[in-house]
Amino acid sequence: MALLEVKNLRKSFKVLDPLGRNSGRLVAVDNVSFTINAGETLGLVGESGCGKSTTGKLILQLLKPDQGQIYYAGTELTGLSAAKMRPWRRRMQMIFQDPFSSLNPRMTIGAILSEPLIIHRLVPARQMRDRVIELLEKVGLSAEHEQRYPHEFSGGQRQRIGIARALAVEPELIIADEPVSALDLSVQAQVLNLLKQLREEQQLSYLFIAHDLAVIEHVSDRIAVMYLGNIVELCAASELYKNPRHPYTEALLNAVPVPDPHHARPLALTGEIPSPVNPPGGCHFHPRCPYADHRCRQQAPALETITGDHQVACHHSDQVGRYLVRG
Amino acid sequence: MGSLPRSSFLRDVVWRRLLNNRMALAGAAIVLFMFIMAVAASFTSVDPAAIDVSKSLQPPSWEHPLGTDDLGREVLVRMLYGARISLLVGFVAVGISTLIGILCGALAGYYGGWVDAVVMRFVDIMLCFPTFFLILAVIAFLDPSIWNIMIVIGLTSWMGVARLVRAEFLSLRQRDFVLAAQVLGASDVRLIFRHILPNALSPVLVSATLGVAGAILTESALSFLGIGVQPPTPSWGNMLIIGKQTLGSAWWLSVFPGVAILITVLGYNLLGEGIRDALDPRIKE
Repeated sequence: MALLEVKNLRKSFKVLDPLGRNSGRLVAVDNVSFTINAGETLGLVGESGCGKSTTGKLILQLLKPDQGQIYYAGTELTGLSAAKMRPWRRRMQMIFQDPFSSLNPRMTIGAILSEPLIIHRLVPARQMRDRVIELLEKVGLSAEHEQRYPHEFSGGQRQRIGIARALAVEPELIIADEPVSALDLSVQAQVLNLLKQLREEQQLSYLFIAHDLAVIEHVSDRIAVMYLGNIVELCAASELYKNPRHPYTEALLNAVPVPDPHHARPLALTGEIPSPVNPPGGCHFHPRCPYADHRCRQQAPALETITGDHQVACHHSDQVGRYLVRG
Repeated sequence: MGSLPRSSFLRDVVWRRLLNNRMALAGAAIVLFMFIMAVAASFTSVDPAAIDVSKSLQPPSWEHPLGTDDLGREVLVRMLYGARISLLVGFVAVGISTLIGILCGALAGYYGGWVDAVVMRFVDIMLCFPTFFLILAVIAFLDPSIWNIMIVIGLTSWMGVARLVRAEFLSLRQRDFVLAAQVLGASDVRLIFRHILPNALSPVLVSATLGVAGAILTESALSFLGIGVQPPTPSWGNMLIIGKQTLGSAWWLSVFPGVAILITVLGYNLLGEGIRDALDPRIKE
């Protein structure tokens, strides 16, 4: 049985015009389904505003879905009250993108890290401090940091504190919402290595949300690519990089810079990401797609299994890969 | 009144900015001086209500530093007791309005939806009344005692605080550290009082400081109209009425309480604006 199963999830937001009138709905997540197995890392990629973070928040019940269900270890979480949800909160945690807004500026690091232990009554008061120090050391910080306030730390250190807070309740699944995209490149590698090391030590599963494939390649077992609220391609990480079957995945792969001046320059994706309030008809990707034809403008493709566990939502998946030139 | 920011960033930067702001320091000095006046009232042996008609309307002199009034009472002593009334009214009324404002604003901002709609429409309704006439009407039905005045001023001046707190809650509710606490399973009470409220108090502190000035002014005006603090209890406002009758012959009866009101209100306003500037993250040194 899968650790986490997401079924046909849909979430839309009311859009108000400047006068406060209702002017349509923004569909952030539309018919999204996937599973995460114990010990597995699922990468979720897509451009800004494609619904990645909303998906993460829906799983953690920070938002209520319009439709669809979320099952955790076989139990449906959607619709649980805050009190009934509390025991499940011990089992899945979140790491946030912005380390500068994810820590309460008025609390010391010690207070931040002991809060989850107090909420779930995990540690008696006498041992609280020892456990906090243990958590700090686990993420590469030290006991002396306990009395300090968040503003005294760098972005990378703050992100480590955020990771320590998530680990405090000993979760099985961590939803990492772009955990390194706000960090410097050298710090990114350190934090990614920490996340990988923790996965081995604690048998964690991750839903790893990112907006570029370069970051996600090294941590994911499987990758789901999202575009305008839909999953357009879902398969094993190695398969995705070798054999992308959706033109959007292909374009994302082409956007990863290759440090070789003789490498053939692929076609760049043209156009802007359309507004999710008023998405293009048919396949949402057709205005930017080099393969689009009449059918793509009329009919939205469904996510279908093409080989093994490789799922793609494209009418022309057999042609994709044609213009991807690999050096 | 509000907790002072605890984190050392705020402590260091805010204090330094405040200490570098001369106007704010002047305001703080005035406020401190008024506190000393109020405390000094306890140490005078002269009864502020002791009538001695033989000494009526004495101009300021060494013997009577601020002169005496029409009943021969010492104006200086009455000024000191008046400072007590002003401070008491200012702080109790603002305490009441701040508490109600925080409670309503927090409920509206945290829960949103229909709770927000009900609370904020009630705020709108309260704001429709001209506050001063509302107070006049209420006091007309009640005894014009100092406690009633404080309560009525408090009950009619919380709407601004409620709006401020609601706006802070709306933005803080969606901040990552609040979501993180929610993901950890924190209860509503913990989210509100431990995570959101401490981060929402800075603007409340400013509004409360400015509110003290407003409350002192309202009390003076009510006392001047004769429906505030009742004689023989001295307040700066009711001392002004006596002064009004003898304005031509005994200037000291109206000038001293008038100047005291002016300077006190100015002091709180300068201090409040100083705190606002010191807390503003957009202003760089």
